[in-house]
This record gives sequence, structure tokens and C-alpha cells, in this order.
Amino acid sequence: MSILLNKDSKVLVQGITGRSGLFHARMCREYGTQIVAGVTPGKGGVHVEGIPVFNTVEEAVRYTQANVSMIFVPPPSAADAILEAAAAGLELAVCITEGIPVRDMVPVKRILADHKMRLIGPNCPGLITPEESKVGIMPGYIHKKGKIGVVSRSGTLTYEAVKQLTDAGLGQSTCVGIGGDPIIGLNFIDCLKLFNDDPKTEAVFMIGEIGGSAEEDAAEWVKAQMKKPVAAFIAGVTAPPGRRMGHAGAIVTGGKGKAADKIATLRDCGVIVADSPTRMGEAMRAALGKGKG
Amino acid sequence: MNIHEYQAKEILSNYDIPVPRGRVCLTADQVERAAKMMGGHCVVKAQIYAGGRGKAGGVKVVHHPEQAQDLAKELFSRKLVTPQTGPEGLRVRRILVEEAVEIAREFYLSITLDRATSRYCLIASAEGGVEIEEVAQKSPEKIHVLNIDPLTGLRSYQARKIALALGLTGSLCEDCVALILSLYRACLDKDCSLVEINPLVVTRAGWLMAMDAKMSFDDNAIYRHREYPDMVDYSQLDALEITAGKYDLAYIKLDGTIGCLVNGAGLAMATLDVLNECGGKPANFLDVGGGATREKVAEAFKIILQDPDVKGIFVNIFGGIMRCDVIAQGIIEAANEVHCPLPIVVRMDGSQVDEGKKLLKASGLNVQCADNLGDGAQRIVKMLG
Repeated sequence: MSILLNKDSKVLVQGITGRSGLFHARMCREYGTQIVAGVTPGKGGVHVEGIPVFNTVEEAVRYTQANVSMIFVPPPSAADAILEAAAAGLELAVCITEGIPVRDMVPVKRILADHKMRLIGPNCPGLITPEESKVGIMPGYIHKKGKIGVVSRSGTLTYEAVKQLTDAGLGQSTCVGIGGDPIIGLNFIDCLKLFNDDPKTEAVFMIGEIGGSAEEDAAEWVKAQMKKPVAAFIAGVTAPPGRRMGHAGAIVTGGKGKAADKIATLRDCGVIVADSPTRMGEAMRAALGKGKG
Repeated sequence: MNIHEYQAKEILSNYDIPVPRGRVCLTADQVERAAKMMGGHCVVKAQIYAGGRGKAGGVKVVHHPEQAQDLAKELFSRKLVTPQTGPEGLRVRRILVEEAVEIAREFYLSITLDRATSRYCLIASAEGGVEIEEVAQKSPEKIHVLNIDPLTGLRSYQARKIALALGLTGSLCEDCVALILSLYRACLDKDCSLVEINPLVVTRAGWLMAMDAKMSFDDNAIYRHREYPDMVDYSQLDALEITAGKYDLAYIKLDGTIGCLVNGAGLAMATLDVLNECGGKPANFLDVGGGATREKVAEAFKIILQDPDVKGIFVNIFGGIMRCDVIAQGIIEAANEVHCPLPIVVRMDGSQVDEGKKLLKASGLNVQCADNLGDGAQRIVKMLG
């Protein structure tokens, strides 16, 4: 089992005729994902790589029964693309697009509250259920089927963590990159809940970074509700305070969001926190040995 | 993206928010003339991309044009160090000269994004002018926060509740309602990540006025505001950070000796953490973007080598889908082009990693390949002794 995504998921790609849309549609299909349709307004009727392209998501769903969307639409139209996916009744949209203005995402987030569709991202690597399906831009080969759920705000740092888990013999149930933007769909707690209820996930590894209070909130939730062991890593212990670190999420403000505070809160809540990014696999092993604290 | 106070006030003024009469000056002579125009008694305000100017001597009331000129000469000749600039401080290249206004009361007013609710929130306090963060910590009941529903927008009755909470009554209260609604409109129109009026004042004459203003724009929205790139004051930015920005690289200068080149912000931060753990001191944070390309790696390499403090370079690329031999090629080309004599440690992961390592070994550069993150950090620290 897994969360959100499995081998039966039927995926459509919004923005499939763009360069990255097409490239990653191909990579995902090679990994085993069922890519059933593409959507590009104005290009309906053509086929790319044998995949039928539609003008609208609604049309694509009607003909292919797609239930998941992977979005590569450029920033100016990305918010609209997310809402279109929700209106078409999809179960899940994974928005890879980087650089969507906050002003566009504020109403999207508000409107999604009235829809059943779950959103992952934007500005995220996507998600993968190893050896079943991949909806995202992460390299498939570092993953291995197993029992660890992974949830992360980061991109390449998640790859680093997953590789360490795989090298340590710890396969993954599902890995979710929730994205680093100020406004995102599913957050840490949403994913922890799903992993908590997934019978095949035995433990969770969480990757956070400085800025905001998402990790602290997740820590409190783990303490109160989580039935499974959790390990974590927080990047940015040595980041100079008050400086921007490229991610919208990575801003240290007014004494809040510091790595040291996040780590302390997580530890207080029973989470094993890796003290170095080179020991993320070890931290996961330690948490498994300790069980739910 | 940040802008100066005078630019923010110009925008607010276009939204019918009253601001003091003022003039921005580039020389001490201009400051003198502007002060004369204001009648001699005026406020001289250094324009820098940071707050805390008042306590650092960057904002002063003067009484004669000559006094304004002398102050301007002094401000232009040094760097201003405030709690928000960092120890190196910021150069002053523009000075705002404003009419002196008699103040009766001061408030704090701002709009920013509240990540917890994913909505814009309006923050107001009757304790303006002072350190607002201190007020928020010590007496949170004095801070009024309103989360704005994007579907209804900010309504007059909500703004009125805030104005009344600030203690404003009668026509002043209604003026404040109009001002708050204008501020929200400006925030949305201009894609602000922050718009702050501190202090918002009631003048002795009985008007509302924005005495100071800070505005920053959402970097993701710059594409739809053609005027923004021209508003940047490059004297406020690090030269290498400007170059990095041109190539869409995130670069921040730090005070160590190990140049870092990493793909992805999270991994880049983790790389700094590991280097520090091994006793090394990073010279910079540099994120070439998650999907590192050969061109970006090459440009990043050149930027790092322009920093005279750099004594060695640590490249950490988790290529993933990007092929390592392509990245290795980018490193070799860049290093050869700038004749890089410095020791380099490369940690790469991704497809074709062995081919990449072979290329690096055969390149004739002073380069070592690392097996993993920890190994790489240890190697570069050791190479620098």
C-alpha cells in the first residue's frame, strides 16, 4: 500500500506540449506511471509520444478516466490550471511549476477548501510510490519499495535523504515533496495523517528547513496523534539569520523559524532528529529501533 | 525585491494615501536646495534597503539648509550600520528630504502574507513608531490582526473595526477606513509581499499621514510589472549577488573560504551545515537550481572564483535526472576558462556518475571526487589544511 498514488493511478499531464512537460511525462511513463492524457489549450486532437492531447481537463477526464494531474503549466497560467483540475473532479493534482505569484495562490488555496481534490506543491519535486508510479521530476532509481513514508519541503535534499534510506536498506512506501512556497496544498500534517492511516507505512522521515512554523506544528501533531516512529532532518542550522536563502520558505524572521528551535521542538515531541545531513539514514534506523516514543 | 522608502511613498500617494512633501536627492547640494524649499526646517532620511535607520543616525531633523547639507555629506561618505543591515552596513546613495510634520499620535499598519492561513493579513497597532516586534511579544493584545478572505476582499466594516480599535473616531475614523482599503488595493495591484506604514500618524493639524513606508514585492510576480527592474538601487546589493541574479542563481556571500556550488536550496543549506560540522567555513551559499544545467554550473563557477576570499571549492550536485558527465563538462569548461588553480572537490550523484568522475580526473584540474556528502566535505576541509 501507499498514500495518494499507486500503480492504478491514471495520470494526465497539464502542459504536456512544453519542454519539461513532455520530458517528464516520458520519464514518468518509463518508470511505470500510467500517463493517459495530456492537456494543452489549443492543441487538442494531436498525439505526443502516443499520448492523446486535449484542450481541457474535463474532456481528458471524460475520455480517459484520469484521476491525477501533473502540472507543468508556466507561472502566469498555473493557478488557473490547478483550479481547472479541481473543477474537473480530479482526486489529486501535483503542481511542479516554480514561480507562481503569491497573489494567484491565495484564492486558489481558498477555493480548494470547497473541493475534494488534494493539491501537492506548487514548486515541488512531486511524489513517488516506488516501483509503482511516479508523478514528479525526482530520479526514480534512488527509490526502493518499502515501509518508510517520506515527506519533505525540499527538492534535491529529499533525493539525498531517500538515497541514504535506500543505502541503509530502508525502502519507502511513498515519498512526497510538498514544496517550498509560502502557499502550498498538502502540508506536513496532512501527509503525516495519511501515513499514520496507511497500514503499509511503518515509520516516517520528515525533511524540513528554516523559516515558517510548519515543522513545529507537525511536531505537536506527532506528539498528540502519531502512532508510528518519526525521524527528521532540518536544514539551515548554520544559515546566517535574517538572510534570504533562495527559497521563499527559507526566511528566518523575528526569532521564529530558526533551525535550532525547530529541532528542539521536534525532539521534545519524540522525534529523532539527525544532527547532520550525512546521518539521515542512521536517524531513521534509530527511530525504528526506539518505536513510537 | 525591496524598494526604497521614497518609492514606496510615491506608490502609496498614487493610492490617495497622504505622505509628507518630499524630494529625493543624489548629492549634498541637492539636499541643501531641497531643504531650502522646505523652509529649512525638515527631515533628512538616508535611503537604504534596511530598517532601524533612526537609531543608526540615518534619519535626522535639521533646522537650516546648511545643516542638511553637512549631514548629507556625512551620510554619503560612510556606510550605515543598523540592526537589519548586518555588520558590514549599507552605502547611502540617495537621501530623502521631507517637510517636518508635527505629530499628535502614531500607529503601526501593515499587510503581509500569513502562511498559517494562506491569506493576506492586516496588522495594526496603536503603539506605532516603537519596535513593533517588541510590542507583539510583550503585549500581544495591543496588536490587531485581520485575516482577509480573498473571495470577499477587505470590507469597509472590517477596516472600520480596526480603525476604531486604534482609537480613531468621527471623520478621522472614516479617513482611516479609506486608507486601509487603499492599502489593501495597493498590496494586491503591486504584488507586495509586505507593505508597512510605521508610523502612520495623526498630525497636529488633524490629518492621517504615512510618515515612513516599507514595501517589498513578490519576486515571482516581477514578470507582470515592467517598471520594477528599473526601480532597483544596485548600490544596495552585493556585486556578485547582482551577477548571480542575472543568471537566475541564488547567491549569498558569507565570510568563510570554501566556495560552495550546490543544486537546490535545501541541499545547499545542508551542505553549509556539513562543512561547518567538519570545521570548514563556507564562503557563500549558491543554489544553481534543482535541475542544474551545464550553463548554470559554468556561470556559478565563475561567480565563486571572483570572490578573493575563496581558497577552495566544493561542488555538491545531486543530479537526479541531469547527467553527471554533462555537469562535469560544465565544471571543466568553466575552470579552464578562468584558469582556476584552486583545489576542487566534486560530489555528484545521478546518472552517468562514473563517466563524470572519469572526465574530471582526466581534466588536469586540481580536483578530487567524493563518494558522498560527508566524504566531500571532509576532503575539501582537509585540502585547505
